[in-house]
Amino acid sequence: MIYWANDVYKLGWGDKTLLKFFPDSFYAALHLDARLAKGMAFHFFFMWLFFVNGFLYVLYTIISGEWRLLLPNRKSFKEAFQVLLHDLHLSKYEPPKDKYNAAQRIVYTAIIIMGFGSLATGLAIYKPIQFQWLCTLLGGYEWARIEHFVLTIGYVLFFIIHIVQVLLAGWNNFQAMVTGFEVESLPPTPPDNTIIKTDSKE
Amino acid sequence: MENKQVPDEERKINRLIKQRTVISFTVFILLIIGAVICWNWFNNSPEDNGALRPLRKVLTANEDIGRKLFKNRNLAKEYPKSKAENKVRVNGDIGMGDEFDANKWHLIIMRHPDCASKDSILELSLEDVKGFPKKDLVFDFKCIEGWSQITYWGGTRFIDFLMKYHLGTHSGRSIDINHPEDIYNYVGMMTPDSSYYVGIDMLSAMHPQTLLCYEMNGAALPMNQGFPLRLIIPLKYGVKNIKRIGYIYFSDSKPKDYWYEQGYEYDASL
Repeated sequence: MIYWANDVYKLGWGDKTLLKFFPDSFYAALHLDARLAKGMAFHFFFMWLFFVNGFLYVLYTIISGEWRLLLPNRKSFKEAFQVLLHDLHLSKYEPPKDKYNAAQRIVYTAIIIMGFGSLATGLAIYKPIQFQWLCTLLGGYEWARIEHFVLTIGYVLFFIIHIVQVLLAGWNNFQAMVTGFEVESLPPTPPDNTIIKTDSKE
Repeated sequence: MENKQVPDEERKINRLIKQRTVISFTVFILLIIGAVICWNWFNNSPEDNGALRPLRKVLTANEDIGRKLFKNRNLAKEYPKSKAENKVRVNGDIGMGDEFDANKWHLIIMRHPDCASKDSILELSLEDVKGFPKKDLVFDFKCIEGWSQITYWGGTRFIDFLMKYHLGTHSGRSIDINHPEDIYNYVGMMTPDSSYYVGIDMLSAMHPQTLLCYEMNGAALPMNQGFPLRLIIPLKYGVKNIKRIGYIYFSDSKPKDYWYEQGYEYDASL
């Protein structure tokens, strides 16, 4: 949001540009040209939401013990690859999972680490002289900017994949995301054939 | 479930499922509606100096936190002269009009906000400003637009200048750090044609790297870099490094600031 006045974000070297992340048509279509001040104001407003939301979420996972279901374990990396193959319809085998499958464990943990990364790089850019040590640690002002931006691109990709996966997973999963549990009917007949699994897959 | 004898247990569970689903979805939808309402309220709120009022409040709060947190300002990192860019970027030209007559230039300083008496106004030449030990400074000049450049400047430390001419205090005595109540809160600067102007908190202005700058890359300032005198203040974004200073004045309330009026934060501290 902050880069509306001076678009420094592109892939390339020297005067050569491979890819501009935000071509002029992007600004024109969204009527975002020359609104740097507003972009910055929003940025420094939403940073608090980002921080507080992240803080509360991490606190919740710790207190509730949910972190056990979210942290990847030894098998996760191998299984995550199998999940990938399965979701891409390259393999029929779906590895066993708890509340979250191995790929979800890795990604949901990575996103928290990315959140800390955004916080650190953000502070380094925001006050590069007062947080000089942090800025230096991150490779200097220019590098901290790039890291901050790359992380943001990461969130966008996460968001897109997340939404697509939710759409693919269907209504039942979406309902579970909202209500926090999933209803499963069990084929065998013993007395109660409906159970509540406190289960949500985000 | 052909037989009618549905166990009580199961009915209970089904009811529970239904209840929780309804509650959850109601909350979910209310949250979405709430978000839309908030967003509309946000966008329709009045503006305060170019920024929507809720955003302006947060910006001001952020600045207050910054000021409390960073009482002892760090020094900006300095680089060897060899690292400095030869082609220094020129970004702003407000106040750099062609009608400027360098021969008639004087630096006009108002010691106090109300310049009632004649001796509260000080008029200085460039030679006066140069009459101090020169400080060379190579640092990473940072623009609020996102670019930065290592550049080489030379000039008089603003704090030296303030001390010599007894500026920046209510009493008209030399600045004494042990008497912060005597020091004005802000210094304001303006171009000779009054079209560009900045306000700077005194703590940043008194910082040892804040310069009244008359040299760039070892030569006199070019016209488009604010000849004959500009401000170099590494602790702030480029917008505060005003070119071609015509007037300097002191005040306890925020002096008017060009980009603040356009919706940016006031301090622009780094």
